[in-house]
Amino acid sequence: MIYLIFAYFCLSMVGITTMALTRKNPVHAVLWLLLLFLHVAVVYLFLNAEFLSMAQIIVYAGAILVMFLFTIFFIGAKELSKEKRYIKLWEGRLLIGLAMTAAAIVALSKIKTTFSGKYTISFIEKTGNTYAIGEMLFNEYSLAFFMVGVILLIPMIAVGVIARKLR
Amino acid sequence: MIEFLLMIIKTMIVFTIVLAHVAYTTYAERKIIGRAQARMGPMEVGPHGLLQPIADFIKIFFKEDIVPIKAEKFIFQIAPVIILVFTIVNLTVIPFSRDFILADINVGILFILASASLSAYGIILAGWSSNSKFSFLGGLRSASQVLSYEISLGLSLAAVVLMAGSLNLKDIVIAQHNTSFGMYALPQIIGFIVFLISAFAETNRAPFDLPEAETELVAGYLTEYSAFRYALFFLAEYVAMYIMAFLGALCFLGGWTLPRFVTEMLPFLESVPGIICFAMKVYGFIFLFIWVRATFPRYRFDQLLNIGWKILIPAGLINLLIVAFIKRFV
Amino acid sequence: MIPLEFYLILSGVIFGMGLISVLINRNLILVLISLEVMLAGVNLALVALSHYMNDIRGQVLALFSIAVAAGSVAVGLSLLVAIFDLKRTIDTEELKELKEEVSSD
Repeated sequence: MIYLIFAYFCLSMVGITTMALTRKNPVHAVLWLLLLFLHVAVVYLFLNAEFLSMAQIIVYAGAILVMFLFTIFFIGAKELSKEKRYIKLWEGRLLIGLAMTAAAIVALSKIKTTFSGKYTISFIEKTGNTYAIGEMLFNEYSLAFFMVGVILLIPMIAVGVIARKLR
Repeated sequence: MIEFLLMIIKTMIVFTIVLAHVAYTTYAERKIIGRAQARMGPMEVGPHGLLQPIADFIKIFFKEDIVPIKAEKFIFQIAPVIILVFTIVNLTVIPFSRDFILADINVGILFILASASLSAYGIILAGWSSNSKFSFLGGLRSASQVLSYEISLGLSLAAVVLMAGSLNLKDIVIAQHNTSFGMYALPQIIGFIVFLISAFAETNRAPFDLPEAETELVAGYLTEYSAFRYALFFLAEYVAMYIMAFLGALCFLGGWTLPRFVTEMLPFLESVPGIICFAMKVYGFIFLFIWVRATFPRYRFDQLLNIGWKILIPAGLINLLIVAFIKRFV
Repeated sequence: MIPLEFYLILSGVIFGMGLISVLINRNLILVLISLEVMLAGVNLALVALSHYMNDIRGQVLALFSIAVAAGSVAVGLSLLVAIFDLKRTIDTEELKELKEEVSSD
């Protein structure tokens, strides 16, 4: 049963990604991307990452894709014709991409997990996934957390500056 | 198998009750606004117009479903369904009483925020796919409004989560009951006001109903819709209103519990069932929604965004800071 | 229990599709969309490894990656709008001011 569900998610994610990347209309591409992110969020639930799956939906669906839609509406992107769609000399790039993908898949499938930490399923069940992430985030990764805050502040200012120059 | 059937029955009960409430909220809204404007409201259908929602329902579902010829047909048809589904799915995580909850998940508040941000897509897509200027402007306005106010809503709820130490709505109510005030609305009065104003904006209700401002935009993103697709938008708006009322009652007013000091003063209140306490708090919120609609004029769009970004977000941050200090030192 | 390899291969396939799309697309919006697909693949691998190694650091890392992705997309899209205002096009083949003139013909 679990294999069937997983097989469905694998096939539909690959299919949705294909659809998202081959649409002519950018708005349709963004909508397929939304569907892909929802599927990714469900796969996170398979992996016991409930906080991350909700964060995925809130950040990607709630913020990033709406930004895409606004940009598309703003510049008034039309449907793309085929010769305008792909770069000249795309065959060589496609080959390089396929080769890199194959290398990545081979490398990833060779990974063996030898390490095992203390956050087993029973341990997380006791405290809760969100609590465990918070504990790790604010103790071991507190400096990184502050740095991410700064990294988010800089784009905020940068976007304001770039957008103001236009007017 | 039995569990599965029980689950389906429970879901049916919840959805039926909420949809019946939605139908009679439209009636209550027309009656209350009628009273506020010194007229009677609906009186013709049934005694005191009590059958009016049913008559409206029958009328709207037998109308012709029109799709504009230049619209994106599929997206135009699916947009109201998207918004209704992502609104109504929130009912699954709401604890109506101590042991009546459909899905007791650990990230209840995040679930509600996530589906709120997804239901914004229904509005954007409805506006875009209608291929008309009024709809498009209404959709864009609504999207920027919902996104801006989701931040202040999230900040006010973050303070609640920080105080309770849990994202589970049930645990939040229990943690609330164990404090000396019994409800978070008293120590977090700033957060409660921020939540209320953001809730009005999130549900596109007056005085922030700019996406469908009749005087400027015909009917905003609803302009091209007719018949039952229009009804689905209406249904979604009222269900969203109820979701916000549930959230306010659970996170700030103590859900199905009454504060300890109240039950000590009036011991007979102990025997009131939790679901009735909860319903009373929710009806209070719904009455507030309708009352505000009858009272306040609509804001201008730049005023709306200024309130969101320059007042509510700083106020939410200050509230979060105060709550952090209370949590640490008191 | 589903083996770890399945998740990793799934994430590799999604990453690869995004990568190919980044390489061959001319439209800047589609390039940015493909970048998001690539990030989704990477995050999937991180979370899967975190689950199978009983270590929550992978999820924390994925959280950071989501946060940084939001910032990078904001900057990318605002640059896109700035380029569109300047040149009225978002075609990567027509944005070649920095390219050296090659006198091949």
